[in-house]
Amino acid sequence: MEFENTIGLETHVQLKTNTKMFCGCLLKTGCEPNTNVCPVCLGYPGALPMMNKEAVKLTVMSGLMLGCEINRHATFDRKNYFYPDMAKDYQISENGQPLCIGGGVTIDTPAGKKFIRINHIHLEEDAAKINHYAAHSGVDFNRGGTPLMEIVSEPDMASADEAIAYLTALKEMLVYAGVSDCNLEDGNMRSDVNISIRPAGATALGTKVEIKNMNSFSGIHAALEYEAKRQRYNVAHNIPIIQETRRWDSDALETASMRSKENAHDYRYFPEPDLVPVELSEEQIEEWKGLLPELPEARRNRMMADYGLTEYDAEVLAQARERADFFEAAAKTSKNAKLLCNFFMSDVMAWFNAEHEEEPQTDAEAAARLSALFNLSLDGKINGPTLKELLPEVLEGEIADPAKTVEEHGLGAVNDTAQLEEFIRQAIAANPKSVADFKAGKKAAAGFFVGQVMKLSKGKADPKVVAPMVNKILSALA
Amino acid sequence: MSELYELGIKEAKALLDKREASSEELVRALIARKNAADGEIGAYLTFDEEGAINAALEADTILAQEGRTAEQTLLGVPFGIKDLINVAGQPCTCSSKILEGYVSPYDATVVKNLKAAGAVCAGRLNMDQFAMGSSTETSAFKTTHNPYDLSRVPGGSSGGSAAAVGGNLAIATLGTDTGGSIRQPASFCNCVGVKPSYGRVSRFGVTAFASSLDQVGPMTKSVEDAALLLQVLAGHDEMDGTTPKIAVPDYSKAIEGASLKGVRLGLPKEYFVDGLDGEVKRITEAAIKTCTDAGAEIVEVSLPHTEYAMAVYYIVAPAEASANLARFDGVRYGHRSTRSDSVFNLYTRSRAEGFGPEVKRRIIMGTYVLSSGYYDAYYGRALKVRTLIKRDFDNAFGKVDALITPVAPTPAFKLGEVQDPVTMYLNDLFTIPASLAGVCAASIPAGFAGGKLPVGVQFIAPGFAEDTLLKVSKAYEDARGVL
Repeated sequence: MEFENTIGLETHVQLKTNTKMFCGCLLKTGCEPNTNVCPVCLGYPGALPMMNKEAVKLTVMSGLMLGCEINRHATFDRKNYFYPDMAKDYQISENGQPLCIGGGVTIDTPAGKKFIRINHIHLEEDAAKINHYAAHSGVDFNRGGTPLMEIVSEPDMASADEAIAYLTALKEMLVYAGVSDCNLEDGNMRSDVNISIRPAGATALGTKVEIKNMNSFSGIHAALEYEAKRQRYNVAHNIPIIQETRRWDSDALETASMRSKENAHDYRYFPEPDLVPVELSEEQIEEWKGLLPELPEARRNRMMADYGLTEYDAEVLAQARERADFFEAAAKTSKNAKLLCNFFMSDVMAWFNAEHEEEPQTDAEAAARLSALFNLSLDGKINGPTLKELLPEVLEGEIADPAKTVEEHGLGAVNDTAQLEEFIRQAIAANPKSVADFKAGKKAAAGFFVGQVMKLSKGKADPKVVAPMVNKILSALA
Repeated sequence: MSELYELGIKEAKALLDKREASSEELVRALIARKNAADGEIGAYLTFDEEGAINAALEADTILAQEGRTAEQTLLGVPFGIKDLINVAGQPCTCSSKILEGYVSPYDATVVKNLKAAGAVCAGRLNMDQFAMGSSTETSAFKTTHNPYDLSRVPGGSSGGSAAAVGGNLAIATLGTDTGGSIRQPASFCNCVGVKPSYGRVSRFGVTAFASSLDQVGPMTKSVEDAALLLQVLAGHDEMDGTTPKIAVPDYSKAIEGASLKGVRLGLPKEYFVDGLDGEVKRITEAAIKTCTDAGAEIVEVSLPHTEYAMAVYYIVAPAEASANLARFDGVRYGHRSTRSDSVFNLYTRSRAEGFGPEVKRRIIMGTYVLSSGYYDAYYGRALKVRTLIKRDFDNAFGKVDALITPVAPTPAFKLGEVQDPVTMYLNDLFTIPASLAGVCAASIPAGFAGGKLPVGVQFIAPGFAEDTLLKVSKAYEDARGVL
């Protein structure tokens, strides 16, 4: 019998705020354990939570991007359970009235576009980090109380590939909007999965299994593939599938039972009496809507139309918001945005991706300098090598006015044909052996003469202009 | 002149201002009084004598230089603090073994406010463990005796705070009230006790019993003193999201020339029930007559859901407590069992050893009513009835300015007399409804049962109408005269 998977995801995303969810402690990684802590995030007697408004804003912005309905009256609840990583032994979360309801993400599948619905997005506080040592365990509360947004999908995915496509789409949007870094290695994006199988075409859902402890997209993919196989095997061998939580073992590459439904926690949710409901006005939501960036897909289409970019180039640029912003800022004053894009995609991107002493600048002034430099090249005032040579200093801001620098240092291109012909003749006169090689059919020798001309012109000739001239003169000699 | 330790806030302030006494003298007089009398009363758990004297000396320096700021309204006046309110560097045991040896790392907002006003935090007062009780007998550390009859309880949970004021072991104290914990001991110990409206005073730094009910309030020797102290405690706090930005009136000004003429006082018929002690009934009726004689109009009102208040309270308060007290787990601070060999045992044994029986009873009740399958029947329904109780008060306050009722069904009872928990819970019968409704209420001394045991009368006013509450209380206090 053919079976199909039903997959739903619960994705935790750490929000990019400066401070914790309910206190003023800084969110910094790499600090000594328990240095960014206070009575509130350590759960000391008498301490009370205070709402981090930035976290509410980022969650609402995420909801708006994902097409959710925003709850005008969101409430918080206490989720009770004892564990050393939870200072108060309850987590403040949203159970009944979360901030965002509904919405969804469109993903690409081999069968075409597919809409994955979101059930809701709620805001909560993260637990602390437990470190295990030989004879004891330590709890580091620096992470405790980090604002965490949980995006709960509907069980709309049918394969591990679809789950990854969904997560990738989420990640792109959230990173783009500056809501989160969504860095899986740093744990600021984590996803638990729910999976069941049923005979193809059946309407009733199979028994659901939850899998935890994956810390990469590939881990999530592998866990889902494994579990889909395990459940099929069970059905084929008449082994019941138990409703339970299983743990992914990334070394053994298998899932193992953590706890069954009977042993599931009773979280005893009840309204958090220490926090008043978050009341959101229309004006507030509109204001936050105005802060949303144009999403990659829309931006790609617009950049293709505005600048005549190829789909590939527009796509690559649109994926990375900062780069796209930088490109567009430069394109505004460029004499040819399409050619600027070619240069940007090769040289500017390469420079950004390389290691350098100065942090790359992407402010409006840097963009204006880049555009000015490239315009010099478009006007034939500098040649290709000079363009490349000046790029780092222009980006780093060491060259404030490219035109002035070119003029002051005499870096302007040599376009005088007579002067170039003179250089070529000098080179021929000085290198009879290479001339002989050319005559003997070694066409590559022409390249040598181009190089000689570049040397004689102190790099200011344009090789693209010189090459055909060399060819012409050498051929005439033959 | 009376002894320094007998003074109230107003008189102490006057002496300090006139430089007729120094803050140091005041503090030393209290320490001497404590050493002489607290052996038999047992109000204080700890008293940082050196710290209090140093703070007093600082206040005296400012007074000597006439450098006091407008904010320093309580400069040099010492106050006793209930042992669940955090003062940096002082113990905060909540009268529980689970916090034995714990030293607080921070000041509660009310303490910050007191210190900013120049007050001296002098001594920590015994209480029912985690504020759960009505006699201070659930304290893990000591028994507090009623200063008016040492064989009797001071009431609770703020029994130490009340006994210290009633026994002249303090100028004034801070108590907390969740279901009557300021008002009932104030009634038992002959002091003024004010439970502010929910949200009027910050709870930040006040160890939580039931978060939707807890309030800090003044326990004093007069209504004027309560006004002076509440002025410093009240107001919006950035650290407590449940304190709204409602302006704080000038309470001392509000009670100037207070009169009961034309004031409509509601008499809720549900509060005059069988089982009310004869003397309490007599004293309450006398208080009502005093008010009528002073020009108040008495209007009978009905708070029809009063009979459910007790049941609602004993669902809501334990439910919140079960979560609030989860943090006492032996991991970060407080008692940690030496017999723990696993995380599970660390929790169960630390808590089993650290909490007293009444605290355990309430944690179990609270855990039960929140459990899956029981939530709707208990907690969910209790919240709905709580809304009805609030509405009762809204309706009543549509007709009257304030309510007048008994505080507790009886005067102070004998130590060890009440063993049955439910009988003990009934002490709060008349104080719980105002707590559930979030309105403000006060207990004002009204007489002595059998000529010996103090009995107070309760006034209840609408939410954030502490000015009205204090005005009515002051007018009654004046009309009543010296007891």
